[in-house]
Amino acid sequence: MRRLATTLLSLAAFLVAWKLLTVVTGTPDYILPAPEVVAERALRAIGSGLLWEHTAVTISEILLGLAVGATSAVAVGTALGKSVVIERVLSPYIVAAQSVPILALAPLLDIWFGGGLLARVLICALIVFFPIAIATMVGIRAADPLLREMFRSLGATPGQITARLEIPSALPVLFGGLRVGVTLAVIGAVVAEWAGASSGLGVLINIADQGLFDTPLMFVALATLAVIGIGLHGLVVSIERRVVATS
Amino acid sequence: MTTDTATETERVGAPAALAVRLERVAMSFASAAGPHTALEGLDLDVPAGSLTVVIGPNGCGKSTLLRVIAGLLIPTSGEVALGEAPDARAPRAGDGRVGLAFQQPRLVPWLSTLDNVALPMSLAGAPLPERRERARVALERVGLAEAASSRPAHLSGGMAQRAALARALAGDPPILLLDEPFSALDALTREGFDAELEALWMSRRRTVVMVTHSVGEAVRMADRIAVMTTRPGSVARVIPVDLPRPRPTALAGDPAAAAIDAEVRAALAEVQTPELTPWLDR
Repeated sequence: MRRLATTLLSLAAFLVAWKLLTVVTGTPDYILPAPEVVAERALRAIGSGLLWEHTAVTISEILLGLAVGATSAVAVGTALGKSVVIERVLSPYIVAAQSVPILALAPLLDIWFGGGLLARVLICALIVFFPIAIATMVGIRAADPLLREMFRSLGATPGQITARLEIPSALPVLFGGLRVGVTLAVIGAVVAEWAGASSGLGVLINIADQGLFDTPLMFVALATLAVIGIGLHGLVVSIERRVVATS
Repeated sequence: MTTDTATETERVGAPAALAVRLERVAMSFASAAGPHTALEGLDLDVPAGSLTVVIGPNGCGKSTLLRVIAGLLIPTSGEVALGEAPDARAPRAGDGRVGLAFQQPRLVPWLSTLDNVALPMSLAGAPLPERRERARVALERVGLAEAASSRPAHLSGGMAQRAALARALAGDPPILLLDEPFSALDALTREGFDAELEALWMSRRRTVVMVTHSVGEAVRMADRIAVMTTRPGSVARVIPVDLPRPRPTALAGDPAAAAIDAEVRAALAEVQTPELTPWLDR
């Protein structure tokens, strides 16, 4: 209850500061709209179904991208953590893929994978992959060597050691990577939409900016992205609390 | 600990105890500074059902010896066999013939005490009701039944060691290896544990090989004391301890025990390198 009150209070303070800024500087709405202008635009966009139409596309890209990216990252991260040879062979490519800006890769992937949902999911998965793979690798290696020997003394197979010792040991670190990953997934989805899409919040931002000069609508889209990010992050944190405490 | 054998579930056909035989065993490890030989020319015969204590200077390879018997390390050369002549086989980690309790409890932090004790059976694929039941029996045997649902973080050091002992006992292995299992505990607690372990051993008569630093504990516990040399380790002497059981916690007043104590110390002084002698275990 107190936590909720703190959050609401900080939100109220933010809105007041925003409103004051627009009043004091007298900035016009097409540069910095006042909060009530944005709220009114949001209500209209919700009422017309425009906002949900684009939000649904972006959320499905994010969730599919997360599913693909996180699953493959945990698998590859486990292999990297277990084998120094695999790490030596794969890590230059993984680091290279992460170092090349996603903004520059996105158009290429868009061409390769036909410009549809698949391409956008893969772009999103790619940006999610790195932090989760690295976190998994570090977590797997962090498994207590004394426990490892104890498992061996009980005749545990390598598969049992991975499933029963290494992955549970990796969970706290893995969830750290997952927290970074979900917020990157939001960025990935927007970048993917900019590389070629007809709907989605990234597209909505472009339409509002270049087609309609509707700055309040841009703010609505940005706020929606922020809410998605906060919501996903909160979801990961609540799963983490449950899993890591009892695991 | 309860010593009531009626509460224990005996496995039909499982051997009660197995002998351990090591012949000319050598164990070397590759290291940055070249190969490092931990054991060399080590012979040791542990009769089935005996309580053998291994004692020796720091770094003489006592823990390596236990890992070789447990099948965690394959010796560079030499023979290791568990069991009697026709059926004797080399050890293999996890084959159920050996239970190993380490110096540290090594409990899995995210499992309850009961699930920790059930871990050996769980890894072997035993059905859930059976492994729960056997874990419960093992916990009762070490007097830890109330802590079954606690997590290791909530156990005291002594309780954690009991749980680790219960895990080693849970599968009722014919051979029990103890690597200074009580060394992290205070002296009083350790004496209590030794007494309980002796009672447990007298009621079960499994083969026990126990490593210790303490001459007093060795004389208190052992049928036979194997004194190891400095690295590379081998068995210098085996000293029999023929004292009646159960033995009192303090053997100081017993002339027979004092003689054995002196004999062990003399054997240790012989194997100890001269510069280490002033720090010899007292």
